[in-house]
Amino acid sequence: MKLLALIAVLMTGALLLYGTIDMPDWGDPHSPASIHVSPRYIEKTMEETAVPNVVTSVLADYRGYDTLGETVVIFTAAMACILLIRRPRK
Amino acid sequence: MIAHLEDIIIQTVCRILIPFIQVYGLYVIAHGHHSPGGGFQGGVILGASFILLCVAYDINEAKRRLNEKLDTMFCSLGLIIYSGIGFVCLVLGGNYLNYSRLGHILPVDPVNARSLGILGIEIGVGITVMAVMISIFLDLASRGKHEEGLE
Repeated sequence: MKLLALIAVLMTGALLLYGTIDMPDWGDPHSPASIHVSPRYIEKTMEETAVPNVVTSVLADYRGYDTLGETVVIFTAAMACILLIRRPRK
Repeated sequence: MIAHLEDIIIQTVCRILIPFIQVYGLYVIAHGHHSPGGGFQGGVILGASFILLCVAYDINEAKRRLNEKLDTMFCSLGLIIYSGIGFVCLVLGGNYLNYSRLGHILPVDPVNARSLGILGIEIGVGITVMAVMISIFLDLASRGKHEEGLE
């Protein structure tokens, strides 16, 4: 059974490594992420949101759902800590 | 457990330092439009200032400033501010979190309304992150019993 699991892990790893061959090079200026959305954000941020910091406008405006999810994750961490660790007062 | 010691140097330095740390945290939240920073970073700085108070004094002293009930409320309050701004945009006829619709109720044009909407949700994120940092620290430092931590 252990041997079977090892084979499964190795095959999955080889498949993932094979998948990275198709990915664009590190910092490639012609990768889809660099030619499709990035220039649009950099050019339109100032006229669309009046925020000079592109990172903030992408984080909070264009990707607002993502940041909402991150906040929910942090909130959930606090709730999990309270449920697991905190002892009710007698 | 950390040994409790009444060190006058540490306590005085922290008493002087903590207001400046908190003002800096507010600056990082409010100035996220123009410089690196924002809700997450500023909230962590605000939470760290409170944790410094817990370490320099003890948990009971710190809890007189902010008890855990209020802290848990702050956890949810930030999230309510964030999603509330989203719902206000929805009510005003836009998509969820489309801040340009806030221009209908704020005296600014839609472009600047998006900037203000970003500021609003950064404040919400900052409140939640600060409260979560404090809550997790209090739970871990006192083993869940908030009476006798750090002593």
